[in-house]
Amino acid sequence: MSSVDLTEKEPELYQAREPIHPKSIKGRFRRFKTSVLVLAYGIFFLLPWLRWERPVGPDQAVLFDIPGRRFYLFDLVIHPQDIFLLAGFLILAAWLLFFVTGLVGRAFCGYFCFQTLWTDLFMKVEYWVQGDRNKRLKLEKQPWNFEKWGKKGLTFLIWSAIAFWTGFSFAAYWADAPQLFAAFFTGHAVSAAYITTGILMLTTLVAAGFAREQVCIYMCPYARFQSVMFDKETLLVSYDVHRGEGSSGRKPLQKGLMTLEERHALGTGDCIDCKLCVQVCPTGIDIRDGLQLACISCGLCIDACNEIMTKRGWPEGLIRYASEQEIETGEKPSLLKFRTIGYGIATILVTGALIYGLLSIKPADFSVRQIRQPLFVMMSDGSIQNNYEMKINNKTQKPMDLRLDLEGLRGAEVSIGGGFTDLKIPADQTRNYRIHVRAPAVSGVGRQEITFKLVDAQGRMAPISQESSFNYK
Amino acid sequence: MSQTPENKKGQVETTGHVWDGDLREYNNPLPRWWLWAFYGTIVFAVVYWILYPAWPYAGTFTKGIETVSFTVQDKDGKTSTVTEHWNSRALFNKDMESSPSALAQKEWLAKVKDMSFAQIAANPDTLNFATSMGHALFGDHCAACHGTGGQGVLSVNPDGSYPNLTDNNWIHGDSYEKIVSDITNGIHGNMPAFGALFKGEKLNDLAQYVLSLSHQEGVNEEAANRGKASFATCAGCHGANGQGNQMIGAPNLTDKVWDFVDVPGAKTIDEKVKLVEGVIDHGLQHQMPKFGDRLSPEQIRLLAVYVRQLGGS
Ligand code: SF4
Ligand code: SF4
Repeated sequence: MSSVDLTEKEPELYQAREPIHPKSIKGRFRRFKTSVLVLAYGIFFLLPWLRWERPVGPDQAVLFDIPGRRFYLFDLVIHPQDIFLLAGFLILAAWLLFFVTGLVGRAFCGYFCFQTLWTDLFMKVEYWVQGDRNKRLKLEKQPWNFEKWGKKGLTFLIWSAIAFWTGFSFAAYWADAPQLFAAFFTGHAVSAAYITTGILMLTTLVAAGFAREQVCIYMCPYARFQSVMFDKETLLVSYDVHRGEGSSGRKPLQKGLMTLEERHALGTGDCIDCKLCVQVCPTGIDIRDGLQLACISCGLCIDACNEIMTKRGWPEGLIRYASEQEIETGEKPSLLKFRTIGYGIATILVTGALIYGLLSIKPADFSVRQIRQPLFVMMSDGSIQNNYEMKINNKTQKPMDLRLDLEGLRGAEVSIGGGFTDLKIPADQTRNYRIHVRAPAVSGVGRQEITFKLVDAQGRMAPISQESSFNYK
Repeated sequence: MSQTPENKKGQVETTGHVWDGDLREYNNPLPRWWLWAFYGTIVFAVVYWILYPAWPYAGTFTKGIETVSFTVQDKDGKTSTVTEHWNSRALFNKDMESSPSALAQKEWLAKVKDMSFAQIAANPDTLNFATSMGHALFGDHCAACHGTGGQGVLSVNPDGSYPNLTDNNWIHGDSYEKIVSDITNGIHGNMPAFGALFKGEKLNDLAQYVLSLSHQEGVNEEAANRGKASFATCAGCHGANGQGNQMIGAPNLTDKVWDFVDVPGAKTIDEKVKLVEGVIDHGLQHQMPKFGDRLSPEQIRLLAVYVRQLGGS
């Protein structure tokens, strides 16, 4: 056993995060990212305020009404019975994610993920208040003076406001937004609203303000298994090593290495080691080290390098969307590979199933349950009566006028408890009835299969039936 | 395993452990937020111990400083506020008083309070509320004798029988008012024993006649005819034709429903005769307790609505 060198500093058990101050950049991917951001925020922040007239129910276009057990999505009203559609929607989202990831890598992470979107917005605030990378780095090194307190404080204040509005907007999806707004600030909202807003505000502030790329690197489970969806033909943000490094590596611009011809003659690659691609990276990595877990495929390094290349008049695309295979062999990837087709078919199938599910939502739920205590009763005239509990749930936005028919029992008399003769179910409501079925006793018969049928008097709905049984003994 | 100091500057720290010549164990530090999150859980635990019941000691436990308040009503209807340390029982009490469903129930109760029975029954929603409340009350107070579904018990032993409430036969009448008064005041059902009056042949004849009233199969016509004369004794209560009298709770003997002895369940006519003879011989004493001092008039009203709709009337 050899001795251990103790002169070196003991490593600390815990490591502080090194703040990343990405430089802002202009370009194709930045524009795409910004447009996604504007669209997503537009939807998220404005949607709860959109009004929508309904015959019954709230006037809010999108409302997840938990106490009322209804999800309102424009003209679609989801009842608890149809909540499986949500499962279908989640499955679709998963397949879509697999499909896209197989095709273009972590596109979701780079452009659509909440963490990315909110971090991006928070970075923009930093940029507006504290200036770009260089100024921010300088500020970071400054002692805590008036300027630093002021700038950092203002940043934090704006962050908090955004985080609060994020939390409140989320809460507004679960209650009438204008009412909630008024109640919230007068202290009359339900505690769930304050708790939800508070938790979301706090998590937004922590995740987008302070944790940032650490969420992507350490916390996000998706980051861990995305690689299984990649293959050699998946388009990824890649640094073209062959072009960048040449045969003798990357060299900064210097005398004798200014033009491409000069560099190529000496075997030097096209990368001038300006490190702009590293400076713009929101997760603080160097794409030139190859594919990494921390890369969220935001494409900002592509914009950065393209800017450099354009400035020099060299061809763009030293960093670009390319597949591993393309970088190695120069072969363009074929988009019609087995994996993509498979994911694609699965996505189409699930979409079809979901649309079918949406179209086949029944306008009414109807259930009949035989009362088992007692199973049958002898009436004073010797006939037999069975009782049933019937539940009708009108899921439409219009009242229903229904009639109950019974099939399969000779001489049967059906009456509805309470003496009702018609079944008028108000829009979007459930009614319970007790049904009495009376029939002459038949010797030697113990049980009879019967069918209850619910017929729409206005003929808007096809009759729905429900099997049950009639017991004589 | 050997230890080699291979850590060069800028390289990932290793623990110095090496296996198989080249397998090294990295020593990557945990990020600091992770550590803070861990400390956070410790602080959380301490705060929790202080607020809520947590630690057992000497036959009891630390109660915590968090409390739950709820109001209770004593026998005279006076209300007072009780504050207890946080516990699930107190939470339950509070829930029963102020949860949304408890409030909704109160609202419904207030709504049906001033409605007549006819008004309650005319609207599916109020009827639904009344029957579901009534069903719960029935389960607590009536089901022990009449069965959870009100199906009663029909035994060969008249003392072990309890009337079926789900048929369309009402011994004491089916008006809401009558049902309310029966539940409130209880019922005292009494048929005297006629064992001293009718014996042997005479008893058999009378029983055969009673069975013939509801057209039971296998009745001996001759015996029944003989028994008809004796029925004069019974007519005072059951009526000259045996049609019963709801005012005094004398059952109708001409229908197919039997309330106290299991005649429909008896296989042979002899068994049926035996059962009826038993009732004439020993009489019947049935007692339903009065619920007027256990339940509020409001509760009894709801119970009456529930009971009345059981059989479909
Ligand atoms: S390496 Fe490039 S694509 Fe990846 S996260 Fe950094 S800037 Fe975005
Ligand atoms: S931006 Fe382009 S040229 Fe500059 S270091 Fe990165 S890869 Fe090299």
